[in-house]
Amino acid sequence: MYNAGKVIAGIIVFIVFFTTPIWLNFGKVEAIPKIPVPKKGQCVEPAAIMRAYHMKILDHWRKMAIRHNKYIYINSEGRKIRISLQKTCLKCHANKEQFCDKCHEFVVAHPDCWHCHFSKKEAQRWQ
Amino acid sequence: MAIKRRDFLKFGGLTLLGTAVSSVVNEVLSGEVKAEEYEPSPKQLVGKHWGIAIEVKKCKEAQSKCGFKCIEVCNYLHNIPQIPDKKKEIKWIWHDEFEHAFPEQGTNEYLNEYFKGVPFILLCNHCEHPPCVRVCPTRATFKREDGIVMMDYHRCIGCRFCMAACPYGARSFNWYDPRRFLKKVNPEYPTRTKGVVEKCMLCYERLADGKIPACVEACPVKALHFGDLNDPNSEINKVIKGRMVIRRKEELGTGPSILYIVD
Repeated sequence: MYNAGKVIAGIIVFIVFFTTPIWLNFGKVEAIPKIPVPKKGQCVEPAAIMRAYHMKILDHWRKMAIRHNKYIYINSEGRKIRISLQKTCLKCHANKEQFCDKCHEFVVAHPDCWHCHFSKKEAQRWQ
Repeated sequence: MAIKRRDFLKFGGLTLLGTAVSSVVNEVLSGEVKAEEYEPSPKQLVGKHWGIAIEVKKCKEAQSKCGFKCIEVCNYLHNIPQIPDKKKEIKWIWHDEFEHAFPEQGTNEYLNEYFKGVPFILLCNHCEHPPCVRVCPTRATFKREDGIVMMDYHRCIGCRFCMAACPYGARSFNWYDPRRFLKKVNPEYPTRTKGVVEKCMLCYERLADGKIPACVEACPVKALHFGDLNDPNSEINKVIKGRMVIRRKEELGTGPSILYIVD
């Protein structure tokens, strides 16, 4: 190989330069937002399931309520829940700014939900 | 080595049997059958063909006093924005004169005289054969089993085919963000967003909780009657019995479910 020393040194500099963000943030995870959890007992399903699948549950709720006219969801414990984002979800999770937005912003998710659905606090701003 | 026809058939049969047995064993081993996770609301009002009958003369008498309570209540409950520009306004329930509501009779000056000053309360007719449903490319709008012409705003792409198809002008398009035009917000019902079409959905959310449509409930003189047109014993069928009933643009064959009692 010609100029081996320069080429290898160049490659090392290149790798180090492009991986600096990884090294600078290594082991730092305090950026993960702390979500205030409402103290009103269990959500629709256990927290771990809600954390991972809330978007799928909500999407399915919509289909069942609007398309099939089934407005009651029976959860894994057998508890019956009236399907409605405005009336049911936001009753406990009234603090949408802290509970929903904080995490969505952190993971750079931009759900369309809030184009139409809204929290009471948000509504005060446009009234 | 060539396989004999006889052996081939034997193997084939065995494979089929094996598949069948394994699926049965699987079913037995996995135990419980998963129960249905959803059910209709226990309070749900159940009907086959919801409709509203409006007594226009009764409505006229009360009009000066109530100031269209039906429209006011609906506007609040469903967060309907009040947009000053008439070309871009949003309306679910509104009122108009006879010659506009029934344009095919609009040239009949004798009838016009008869209906002078009579407010015709207009809303989505929840047609038996809704043209808006036929043209919707995403099936965002569809006919429910109980006759309500529903909208799934999540699926509306704002193409406005339905608005072109609807002969009653019952659909409105959101040219603006509707939230800018709301004065009083009902936190129990979502708003809509810019770029979707909206209309009256016969208070499906209230029917699920066992309540009748808000406009019918709000009328102080009970000029509006809600009920199942398919049920001969329903209130609406009792009210219209022997009365003179007209529907908007009957000749189009859409089969409106909003009836106007004009005698």
